[in-house]
Amino acid sequence: MISVRNLIKSFGKLRALDGVTVDFHPGKSYALIGPNGSGKTTLIKSVLGMVIPTSGDIVVDNEPVMNHWHYREKIGYMPQIGRYPDNMRIGQLFDMMRNIRKNPPLLDEELIDAFRLNELVDKRMHTLSGGTRQKVSAALAFMFNPPILFLDEPTAGLDPVSVELLKDKIQKEKEAGRLLIITSHIMSDLDDLATEVVYLQEGRIRYNNTIDELKDITGESKLGKAMAKMIRGLEHTHFPPQGGTKGGVILNDVL
Amino acid sequence: MTRVIKYVFYDILRTRFILLYTLFLLVSTIAMFQLDTDTGKVILSLMNIVLMVVPLVSIVFSTIHFFNSYEFIELLLAQPVNRKIIFLGEYFAVAFSLCFAFVAGVGLPMVLYGADASGFTLLYSGIMLTLVFVSLAFLSSVLTRDKAKAIGIALLFWFYFSLIYDGLLMWIIYTFMDYPLEKITLALVSLNPVDLARILMLLQLDISALMGYTGAFYKEFFGSNLGLIFSSLVLLVWIVIPVWGALRIFTKKDL
Repeated sequence: MISVRNLIKSFGKLRALDGVTVDFHPGKSYALIGPNGSGKTTLIKSVLGMVIPTSGDIVVDNEPVMNHWHYREKIGYMPQIGRYPDNMRIGQLFDMMRNIRKNPPLLDEELIDAFRLNELVDKRMHTLSGGTRQKVSAALAFMFNPPILFLDEPTAGLDPVSVELLKDKIQKEKEAGRLLIITSHIMSDLDDLATEVVYLQEGRIRYNNTIDELKDITGESKLGKAMAKMIRGLEHTHFPPQGGTKGGVILNDVL
Repeated sequence: MTRVIKYVFYDILRTRFILLYTLFLLVSTIAMFQLDTDTGKVILSLMNIVLMVVPLVSIVFSTIHFFNSYEFIELLLAQPVNRKIIFLGEYFAVAFSLCFAFVAGVGLPMVLYGADASGFTLLYSGIMLTLVFVSLAFLSSVLTRDKAKAIGIALLFWFYFSLIYDGLLMWIIYTFMDYPLEKITLALVSLNPVDLARILMLLQLDISALMGYTGAFYKEFFGSNLGLIFSSLVLLVWIVIPVWGALRIFTKKDL
């Protein structure tokens, strides 16, 4: 379980995260939604320890994130833009990651097979297209059977066939009971893959409840429509600075 | 740690810069031995390379390398690896490669042509200077996110210690020449690793008689074992303090 308490992160004058409090429970699948620059990636990077929060606490399975690193064994991360050492070959990259993770016996190489990355092992990373890079990122995120998966815009830049392959894989892992946190701007993807919605805006959580609940309140059957309706509703009201987990309740009053 | 060092090491070997650096040192050392049969004079000529070129190459290469391995660092940060280990692994791998290049490039011809104790002092000072300037390079690398700025800071360090500092020292000595300055200059020299290395070597070369009373005073101090221990300790401080400061900044840095 990941619990984030009162997380604030400032980049100079800009407050990327402005008091975020949220829990991510095992076995659930969260869609992290918000406009560009609303702090989705900053939130994920804070949990990974890549961004150091200005204040607030993050705890992953009872292990505080600050100055710790063992907890990252449990996390698979697919970055929005995968950046890899230019001179490295795909095969070397996979070998290195296995080695860094101390060569666990059970490896999940389904995506490597599905994306046929085995045929590209000798390609250097800087020669790869954006889509192939994305496939490598996906394969790495799932490789070590992590109980927690962060997928930052997983389908962006992939061809239609690969999108379906990746979505099938995500679906499978969701059914296996992993904790999934997915950001995306493609609502139809999230409609299939996620069960919960966390809506971030200007560094604050404005809604946090199940997708079904959101659909019920708004009376829409599609996540995209429901989100649009909710966002319009939010714009016409002033919220207390701490929306937090009570967001759903507040929304009931709005609509 | 060894795993991280190993991969940084592979990366450095792949760029071939270290190989070129070794060849450059090898060719210039052999050329100097060919030009002159007096080992003392050869060492004196080599000293100028060691004092100017080695710090410059070390600091510029290390800074560029650090920024080129940003992707690698980013990749490892999402894995269960300690931040400190990543940083120190980078440091040790870079420092070791540069020291190895120096020892191979300058040391091998010395063994071939035969050199006395002054040769060892040269190797020793060269290694120490390499380590000091790699430390300073890492410090300038974490001070900014911009590669060009970091290289600028690195070059500023080099200019300061190789040229500007000596000018300031001269000015102080000329202005206060009516006062006994031996101990004060000794202290001031300790504030510059390049000067420290220069004095160590000059005294080994037995030309300190040319430096008059102050030379005699230095000879008495640096020529003794106490002086050697003192200068080694000060150089060690010059290695440890910048890298320690850089590590502190790096552990709190957003990536």
